[in-house]
Amino acid sequence: MATAEAPVIRVRDMVYYAEEPSLLNGRHFKPILDGVSFQVYPGEVFGIMGMSGAGKTSILRLLMGLVPVASGDIEVLGRSIVGMSEQQLNEVRMEMGMCFQYAALLDSLTVAENVAFAIRRRTELPNDEIKRKVAEHLEIVGMVGHEEKMPAELSGGMKKRVGIARALATNPQIMLYDEPSAGLDPIMASVIDELIVRLREEFQMTSVVVTHEVDELFDIADRIMMIYQGRVISCDSPAALHESENGYVQQFIRGQAEGPIAV
Amino acid sequence: MFTALGRQVIGFLRYLGETTALQFGIWRALIGRRLEYRTSVQQLAEIGVNSLSIAVVTLLFSGMVIGYHMSVQASKLGVSGVAGWLVAETMCRELGPVLVAFVVAARAGSAMAAEIGSMKVTEQIDALRAMATDPVEYLVAPRYVACLVMVPLLVLIGDAVGVTGGYLMAVISPDINQTVYFDSIPGNLATWTVMAGIIKGVVFGMIIAIVGCHQGLTTRMATEEVGRATTRSVVYSIMLIYAANLILTTILYPS
Repeated sequence: MATAEAPVIRVRDMVYYAEEPSLLNGRHFKPILDGVSFQVYPGEVFGIMGMSGAGKTSILRLLMGLVPVASGDIEVLGRSIVGMSEQQLNEVRMEMGMCFQYAALLDSLTVAENVAFAIRRRTELPNDEIKRKVAEHLEIVGMVGHEEKMPAELSGGMKKRVGIARALATNPQIMLYDEPSAGLDPIMASVIDELIVRLREEFQMTSVVVTHEVDELFDIADRIMMIYQGRVISCDSPAALHESENGYVQQFIRGQAEGPIAV
Repeated sequence: MFTALGRQVIGFLRYLGETTALQFGIWRALIGRRLEYRTSVQQLAEIGVNSLSIAVVTLLFSGMVIGYHMSVQASKLGVSGVAGWLVAETMCRELGPVLVAFVVAARAGSAMAAEIGSMKVTEQIDALRAMATDPVEYLVAPRYVACLVMVPLLVLIGDAVGVTGGYLMAVISPDINQTVYFDSIPGNLATWTVMAGIIKGVVFGMIIAIVGCHQGLTTRMATEEVGRATTRSVVYSIMLIYAANLILTTILYPS
């Protein structure tokens, strides 16, 4: 990781409120993130950890421009995405891939069609080339032989792997992973971890990984940011976090019930 | 009370704004020729073929009921020779377009809300956006086009079925001369009456697609919300169809 390079993601004082239904007011906005700032550098594997509901997934959705930020700025590949139209956002999204927590496969399409979807829409490649790319990416995630299956026929872990293949299929510069190994068996979780590292080493792909799995994150991430109650508690290398005297960090990485984090 | 009223007004204005924006989004996709042809063909079949049987049954029985009433009343007034025309006029002007629209709203509009709502809840809509794909272009525009084509077509079929239903009642009625039932139609039923029914079908088709898709796209992130969105799509569609029918009737048939 070369921190001397310009960051590919630069987030400044990001504030985000999620809308949730309210019987009394019709609309209610719940604060999720409060003044979050961080930077991600080219080729870096950047981990985000925190309790459930801390706002980890919201950060990925904000980086992808799927939800609007209340205040602050988000720069992706040198362009501020705050206030961009959907069309302008699509230009930025062309350079990004996102692996959703529950895969979010299009359930009316087969596995192969799901992986080919973005390639077909973003490129003018001939069918043979698309088929080759689909086969190549399904092989990476160990899903060869399942091309014609519908998502409903797959297990949760298989869906997750197809979701990763789909996100990787367009060779994005930045990959966002939401709980990439949740629901996978230990072997497949390890395959996915190795894949994230391999993508960094071979293609200098930048990855932002959100997970509860502390051990996994400490194995693959170059830097890790910890979020608690919508604020950044710490952002440092795995080694530095291990040595950190921050009570929140220590309680979280050791998985202790006692500590400053209210359980 | 004022707070509650204000909330309702704001809610209505927001709904109006969102559906108008959706309409513009669809037109932008259509003008830019970014229509998903495969999905459009699937939706044409889904809306047309799947709504056909229930539309035929509804219009057949409605035509029979109208045929029965018209036969009795026309016979009392001594104009039994025009019973066929009266049934055709009723079907083409009002019953055909409105009943077909109700059937399609219940059958296809609710399906649109449920399908798109499920996609919203399972993050498939977000996945589309993450893959730089506009959900309006990919999901809504094909359903809109399918409704625009199939609802008027079903109205035409429904009109014919309704008139045939009326004839079936005329056959068993001693008061009506069945041989003149169909003969009374060509000379009296204006082409404009049939055309106006088709125009109503086009507008009702737009309403069904916009309401169904909007409900789906604005489904909140909970499984039970899909059911609510589905119910709302049918209720809103029916209310809007009633209102639009009144406006269209006054425009298409000026006094």
